[in-house]
Amino acid sequence: MRKLNRGVAVVGTGMSQFGSFPEKTTRDLFVEAFQDMRASVDRGLDPNDIEAIYIGNYSSDLFEGQGHTAPIMADWVGLAPRPATRVEDACASGGVALRQGILAVASGLYDVVLVGGIEKMSNLPISGVTDALATAGDVSFEIPAGFTFPGFYAAMATAYMHRYGASADALLRVGIKNHDNGKLNPKAQFQARIADLMAGRIARAQQKGLPVPGWQNGDGLPPRRRGQPAHRLAAAAVRLLARHRRRGGRPAGQRGDRPPLQRRPALRRRHGPGQRHLRPARPAGADRAARRRGAARQAYEMAGVTAADIKIAEVHDCFTIAEIIATEDLGFFAPGTGHEAAEEGLTSRQGPKPVNTSGGLKSKGHPVGASGAAQVVEVWKQMRGAAGERQVDRDVDLALTHNVGGTGQTCVVHVYERR
Amino acid sequence: MMENTAERPFTLASFQAYMNEGRLMGSRNRATGEVFAPPRPIDPATHSDDMEWVELSGRGTLAAFTSVYIGTSAMIDAGYDRKKPYVAGVVELEEGPRISAQILGLDAARPDMAWIGRPLRATFVERGEGEKRRAYLAFETM
Repeated sequence: MRKLNRGVAVVGTGMSQFGSFPEKTTRDLFVEAFQDMRASVDRGLDPNDIEAIYIGNYSSDLFEGQGHTAPIMADWVGLAPRPATRVEDACASGGVALRQGILAVASGLYDVVLVGGIEKMSNLPISGVTDALATAGDVSFEIPAGFTFPGFYAAMATAYMHRYGASADALLRVGIKNHDNGKLNPKAQFQARIADLMAGRIARAQQKGLPVPGWQNGDGLPPRRRGQPAHRLAAAAVRLLARHRRRGGRPAGQRGDRPPLQRRPALRRRHGPGQRHLRPARPAGADRAARRRGAARQAYEMAGVTAADIKIAEVHDCFTIAEIIATEDLGFFAPGTGHEAAEEGLTSRQGPKPVNTSGGLKSKGHPVGASGAAQVVEVWKQMRGAAGERQVDRDVDLALTHNVGGTGQTCVVHVYERR
Repeated sequence: MMENTAERPFTLASFQAYMNEGRLMGSRNRATGEVFAPPRPIDPATHSDDMEWVELSGRGTLAAFTSVYIGTSAMIDAGYDRKKPYVAGVVELEEGPRISAQILGLDAARPDMAWIGRPLRATFVERGEGEKRRAYLAFETM
């Protein structure tokens, strides 16, 4: 296994508020993230030291009618003229932008680079967003079948459930856990527990005299009514969240969770990212897991660590089934057992392998090209003990991020070590 | 499988032209016999481009599916919406490859895990107006 020519450190991270902001463009949000990042650098950052910029961006062209976004972002934060490169690998754009930045520093060409991710998806109506996202699928052979991105992952869920006997409750568990975490993340788009969302829905149903959804208040899972398949209940919760997402908006009374500025050890990325470009999507891809695991295997080998060594991980939970599959692909759990791990709470903040302490894409929000970059913010905070209320109760000296593009054609995994 | 010796390039346009003729075609590595659907011009295992067209039986089983309530614009234009959802699926063909298609004959409003493994056969649905009219691959229950 080849390694990087020299080590590369993450010396600061930041992100904008995630949410739906009709009055802001990606430029405005990028400025927020840039300023948050600047404030995070222990001994301060002189922007003049930044030599190149790598921006992950899936499709500002379709979402905002703006292409060529990297030099525009660089210019808006006062970093022109410098080499500014946009990186597009669908929802993995942010993670792959990080990879390009790492490779640039490791090559010796630059000492300091800026890596970011941007996406603003709320300008278009839902059909426009559906179509824009669908261009990350195979528009020749998959999209004509009627697949959408939620559809791809739902199909993966049916194949997974059929193959491994997983229940829809396992999917729901992932959503409950990630929203429990996201409620504690002031930057998250959806800072609400699923039980709270369901309670609101039940109240509205009762008010209107409509049938009350099958859900119990509190942490408990809904009882499965006789004759009613579990996936119906999960589907109800998924639809509820879809509505919540459309309403969007920034929850009131938030503050940034900027870490204190005292000297903290820098995070050193250990020997490199693993990335594989895979063959065209197989929505029924449970049996293609061996190829998807390639990125994790490469990253572990380059870093000289194993899955067991990783203390926390931010994984690509664009849908709940994706987190279950990711925890298997990363070697945290054996193939076909990720659903049991989710049901047993093994990936909760208190569990042996905390996953998506930020709330994940599910609760933090998923502005696609930004998500891979935002994952780094969470591991940075957790590794430095600066994650506030959602800080895990153990020393996080090794962490991992896992960012997927499309339905698995791109998967980029990074391992981080605190020194 | 019926052999087909027509010398059409291994392009989407050829695949579409075959579908417009009511034929589901794949490509086959002449050396190894490996069949690809959709038709690949290059075998990813051997990197050989010595391929031939092969007509597929159109028989397969459902490997994965989803009921779609909020569809693509093309499916909305075809008359589907929240009140009229459709089923999209992945079909494992008798010849081995898997292919994505709309699944007809199943009630999208009542999804059932027991659908997986169900035998299906290929059919073609014509959509679009004028020059844009073309055949779309679908599978129906048997």
